[in-house]
Amino acid sequence: MSTVIEPGKNGAPAPLTRKDFVTDQEVRWCPGCGDYAILNAVQQVFPKLGIPREKFVFIAGIGCSSRFPYYMNTYGFHTIHGRAPAVATGVKIANPELSVWVATGDGDALSIGGNHLIHALRRNIDIKILMFNNRIYGLTKGQYSPTSEVGKKTKSTPYGSVDAPMNPISLALGAEASFVARSIDVHAVHLQDVLMQAAAHKGSAFIEILQNCNIFNDGAWEDVAAKEVRDERNVDLRHGQPIKFGKAKDKGFVLKGLEIEVVTIGENGITEADLLVHDASDPHGRLAWILSRCTWPDFPVPIGVFKSVSRPTYEVGMHEQMARAKADKGPGNLERLLSGGETWMVG
Amino acid sequence: MSIAENVAGRSVEKESLDRVVIRFAGDSGDGMQLTGMQFTHTAALVGNDLSTFPDFPAEIRAPAGSLPGVSGFQVHFSSSEISTPGDAPDVLVAMNPAALKVNIADLKPNGILIVNSHAFKGKNLEYAGYASNPLEDGSLSGFRVFLVDLTTLTRKALAETKLGQKDTDRSKNFFALGMMYWLYNRSMESTYRFIDRSFAKKPELGHANRLALEAGYAYCLATEVFQTTYEVPPAKLPAGRYRNISGNSALALGLVAASERSGLTFMLGSYPITPASDILHELSNYKNFNIMTFQAEDEIAAVSAAIGASFTGALGLTTTSGPGMALKMEAINLAVMTELPLVIFDIQRGGPSTGLPTKTEQADLFQALFGRNSESPIPVLAPCTPGDCFHIAMEAVRLAVTYMTPVIVLSDGYLANGSEPWSIPSVDSLTEIKVSFRTDPDEFMPYGRDPVTQARPWVKPGTPGLEHRIGGIEKADGSGHISYDPGNHENMVKRRAARVAGIANDIADLEVDGPATGKLLVMGWGSTHGAIVGAVEEARQKGLDVSRAHLRHLNPFPKNLLSVLARFDRVLVPEMNLGQLAFILRGHGATNIDSYPKVQGKPFKIAEIVERIEKALSEVPV
Repeated sequence: MSTVIEPGKNGAPAPLTRKDFVTDQEVRWCPGCGDYAILNAVQQVFPKLGIPREKFVFIAGIGCSSRFPYYMNTYGFHTIHGRAPAVATGVKIANPELSVWVATGDGDALSIGGNHLIHALRRNIDIKILMFNNRIYGLTKGQYSPTSEVGKKTKSTPYGSVDAPMNPISLALGAEASFVARSIDVHAVHLQDVLMQAAAHKGSAFIEILQNCNIFNDGAWEDVAAKEVRDERNVDLRHGQPIKFGKAKDKGFVLKGLEIEVVTIGENGITEADLLVHDASDPHGRLAWILSRCTWPDFPVPIGVFKSVSRPTYEVGMHEQMARAKADKGPGNLERLLSGGETWMVG
Repeated sequence: MSIAENVAGRSVEKESLDRVVIRFAGDSGDGMQLTGMQFTHTAALVGNDLSTFPDFPAEIRAPAGSLPGVSGFQVHFSSSEISTPGDAPDVLVAMNPAALKVNIADLKPNGILIVNSHAFKGKNLEYAGYASNPLEDGSLSGFRVFLVDLTTLTRKALAETKLGQKDTDRSKNFFALGMMYWLYNRSMESTYRFIDRSFAKKPELGHANRLALEAGYAYCLATEVFQTTYEVPPAKLPAGRYRNISGNSALALGLVAASERSGLTFMLGSYPITPASDILHELSNYKNFNIMTFQAEDEIAAVSAAIGASFTGALGLTTTSGPGMALKMEAINLAVMTELPLVIFDIQRGGPSTGLPTKTEQADLFQALFGRNSESPIPVLAPCTPGDCFHIAMEAVRLAVTYMTPVIVLSDGYLANGSEPWSIPSVDSLTEIKVSFRTDPDEFMPYGRDPVTQARPWVKPGTPGLEHRIGGIEKADGSGHISYDPGNHENMVKRRAARVAGIANDIADLEVDGPATGKLLVMGWGSTHGAIVGAVEEARQKGLDVSRAHLRHLNPFPKNLLSVLARFDRVLVPEMNLGQLAFILRGHGATNIDSYPKVQGKPFKIAEIVERIEKALSEVPV
């Protein structure tokens, strides 16, 4: 008679649940903050990844979003402003077996930490960067951010911002990111799906999460993210599928030259076969780039995975090089190293 | 027939000398560093004691023939113990008028001056700012001048090769080196081996350099341009196996040794900066040891990645110079707050700002001690010789992992590039560095403390049951949870200070060389060691009563420091800044400090310190 090992019984480890990832720390985001939904989504996803809890590391910089590690019952490091991708790089290099996640915001990642973000992405170190984009500085109490729209009135721009905003998805594509996606804080199903795909990706993953700040920038994404308008103003990208949206899935994108055009199936002789089919696998991210330029109100906002390609990761390359050196030269011999080069005897 | 055999038959006189200082000077493209290094290696293999001082411009190739483009390499070799590259050269080799102009003031009276006469014409004289040709106007009459047309002689020697004139002319440094080998009765074997190694892929250039080297040697032999040759017998160094080592190389080897002796994997995060980059280069070669190197996108990322590695259970390292230190400070404070080990090498250079990238200075002491926000205690160490860099690197690692703290090492450009013979230690003699990682989840407290060291436990992510969070926000003592409690903050500020201060119990007392009490103590830190040792010896030979001490630990100080200082009427503190150590000693209550600052981008000369010793003693009331 064979023993059936069932999770949680007969000595096998119990499957992890959301609760395993909840800490005893009181969550100190403002009531109604979009971060709660993101925290919940991550805590829903982590138990499904088949990774032991002790192998997760959450790294953050500074900002509201960057308090995230305190609320995740994993290893966590709340670092300094903008530097989370650099710290996470050190973690992943030092132990490639860890599942390394970064929580950051539009100010932390795109402003003070812009350099680290682009270099982590081009290096393709296997870390997952969740960038909460609420288009405002929250923790410093309401100044405009690198994603705030021109004309935005904030404490530091009482006459309206004259600063041109940045498109995070375009930036990530320009930085050669191998995985680029966008989701929405309150779109739980979609967010969890994107997080699952990011977790499965080998290499750096950049996920922009549209997030509301109900204190300093309430309605940051209401135009596109509110439940009642979502169907018409989001378009969910699925690799290999025609790009469609609308409650009846009757609208879609077609490509005319380098321009996206919104069409309706059944009008002007358009059929589903005419629609643009999403391709996330192009290493150059050409279509991804064009889609990243689609912004409300000219277009529905694309969400989902823009780009997902496989290329060598930094930490694997580094460790392979070390393994090769050990195989070729043998393990380091200190005695031989110290007496290397030309030596001479005295006495 | 080899040239060496032929030498035996010559008729010139041979004179034995105790010590010689040679300076090779030329355009930064003339290969002076390589020439100096070759002469140095050969002197080392002969068994001389030696000390070197490379002095080169920040520009990779300043305009040819210009004053800013002059590159020099000084080597001091001797048959007795020496401590510096020498105050003034006995021999100056000047490849062009600019090199002559920049260096002639340093040459000893009646010193040997060898010039490439070919370069002393037209534009070259103009670039160097000579109104008349110094070879003709009598201005060099105080020296023994040897005019050698190195360029033409090298071209003739290389006529059989098919090289163009540009390549041919680049070999003239080897011609000059060959002359110096003849003059000092040196073998060319080591340089032959170097040529074979370095030009293995370009044998035609290797062959040309070899021809030029031999031609220089043969030229002296044939022309008897020098009436006397010199011999500097081997020095009586303590028995053992030796190699020549630079400070940067010693720091790199010290890290490898510390990794081996601790069993820890190291992760160097670095961003290229003069004069620290060589450490990154060297460690990048040692991939079969447990040292990873990561060239980051900037100084901040370099130290941040190192901190990430330390959080993960490898030891994070970062190497930089003053401007890079300034950029790293916020991240270093994160390591202070999270009590993670981290080793930081600051290879100081002239400043502020970009300053003098290739020149030496010791003016980052304040930055290391005080350059971070709030109360931020960090141990600070300083090596005193190139060879000592090895031991300081190991000591920095020991303190970092034992006390869970960042540690700053202050080296400088002079130690980094200067070299000396180094007695290779046996691996068994090296300190074993004990490290333990917490794995027991029972009563685990991220900010619990070791009763002796006050260090918090080091935990590797991946250890089941010890999941915890740390960060830059103030921690509750013990639990490590975020705490804004006023009393807790003051307690934690004091705990951080006490933990670092407690290291004083774990380091050697300050030793005094000479009488333990007296009129004058000369005290230095870092790279001034050689000049101070030489000066104190010279002063004693003059019958002066002077003692000497040198600090390797600048924070915390050795416990006996203040009592040592108090036993002298005066304490002379030479340093390459405006008196930073002197300021700190006064802050600790010392009232007998006599600061001797020098901030010229150049190390102290022995004579300068001797003069100050004499002055100080003359002022001490009897």
